[in-house]
Amino acid sequence: MADYIPVLFFAVMAAILPVAGLGIMALFRPSKPDPIKLSPYECGVEPTSEAWDHRFSVRYYLIAVLFVVFDVETIFVFPWAVMYQKLLLFGLIEMVIFLGILVIGYVYVWKRGALTWA
Amino acid sequence: MSESILYYGVIPAIKAVVIVLVMATAAGVLTLFERRLLALLQVRKGPNRVGWEGSLQWVADTFKLLFKEDIVPAKADKVVHYLAPLFIIIPAMTVFAVLPWGPEVSFFGIKTPLYAMDVNIGLLFVLAVTTIGIYGVILAGWSSNSKYSLIGGLRSAAQLISYEVPMGFAVAAIIVMGQTLSLVEIIEAQKRMGLWFIFPGLVAFFLYFVSGVAETNRTPFDLPEAESELVAGFHTEYSGFKWSMFFLSEYANMVTVSAIATTLFFGGWLRPFPNVAFLSFLDFIPPIIWFLLKVSFFMFVYIWFRGTFPRYRFDQLMALGWKFLIPLSLGNIVLVAIAALWGKTGLTVLGTILTIAFAAGIFLAFRVPPKRLTVIEKSRPTEVPA
Repeated sequence: MADYIPVLFFAVMAAILPVAGLGIMALFRPSKPDPIKLSPYECGVEPTSEAWDHRFSVRYYLIAVLFVVFDVETIFVFPWAVMYQKLLLFGLIEMVIFLGILVIGYVYVWKRGALTWA
Repeated sequence: MSESILYYGVIPAIKAVVIVLVMATAAGVLTLFERRLLALLQVRKGPNRVGWEGSLQWVADTFKLLFKEDIVPAKADKVVHYLAPLFIIIPAMTVFAVLPWGPEVSFFGIKTPLYAMDVNIGLLFVLAVTTIGIYGVILAGWSSNSKYSLIGGLRSAAQLISYEVPMGFAVAAIIVMGQTLSLVEIIEAQKRMGLWFIFPGLVAFFLYFVSGVAETNRTPFDLPEAESELVAGFHTEYSGFKWSMFFLSEYANMVTVSAIATTLFFGGWLRPFPNVAFLSFLDFIPPIIWFLLKVSFFMFVYIWFRGTFPRYRFDQLMALGWKFLIPLSLGNIVLVAIAALWGKTGLTVLGTILTIAFAAGIFLAFRVPPKRLTVIEKSRPTEVPA
């Protein structure tokens, strides 16, 4: 685990930068809030509703679900790729079968129109 | 004991401070570079008032941002609104821990490599940590309680995860060639083979760079920030220092994508043709300069893209990612795996074929007149009506 110590230093350093910047500059920067300034931007028109009350397209959800499927596949491909020179033809055939199953699902999803944004 | 404190405490701490501060400064300089270059591409002057030819513009901008009022919308989720910039800047900066800037050098008698760490899962670390930034984007969009921000955040999340998949498969093709996930060892593998992975990985490079541009929300894939429709998208409601954090992380991510592209495809800190002896006079340029030159080139390409391409529409963006890049990346992996059956010879042959095909493609693109243009020519009225 000692190899991963630099990650900690980088994360702390990256956190210090914005926190210190915001904290120190709070003493110097102006703060003159008024109701108009603090309302959400809507091209100058007064907002009639909260953004959170609105619905958004179900397609975002669909994309997220599909992403999970495909991203898990990439995670399986990584160790295979590292060991490839030891597996060779066996590894190739196996990966073609594995990706073949993925492609069947992919074609199905495409035909059902899940990839079309309209 | 003191030895281990030096190697596990002091040196990584120094590297973290130096790299993060240099990157924060470099992001400022890059904004100036981008504005000047864009001005050049659009035949205008760009910032040329502060300092010599505008060279201190970025300092002025930094101070302006530091002294700006910090506006938090009255109806926003205040805690999340505060945390979102942190969520986006911390991963963007943490990735720099694994980027291999250069090989081992010696400072005051202490030998140390020019990277903070070389872990055996380097590439996986980069993919994993950069992806955390999506939380910052979507939380920023949601917490602002503004319709533009919310749509911008959702779009951004959908775009980032869509292009994560082809990027992963493109990187996997490089792992097949290099047989390792460690970024330093990938460079070493390219040195052993005497072959930059760009040649057998031409398709993978295309996939990686297009996905990289999409993941950093840059033109032509800058839909989350589309000024003309979403007024800056997920960071509409941010101002001053918090806003500059979004900007800083965008530039940091651009540098990361450029550095990874350099490492995976262009031999990292190696000089061109590392095994050709008569080019060894190029060794007088230190490795880190080679690395920075290559990274600068990709930063230039980023800005060149911004000056050249119009923005995609959202459905086109999704179609490009899901219907074109994913099948291409799957095919590419199988292609590279078949070539790798014959080891170095197979990869060299594949590289030669791809390079010739690429050159022929460019040649044809310039020779054959585009069809659409001729249609427009024909439809144009030949006689001006009286």
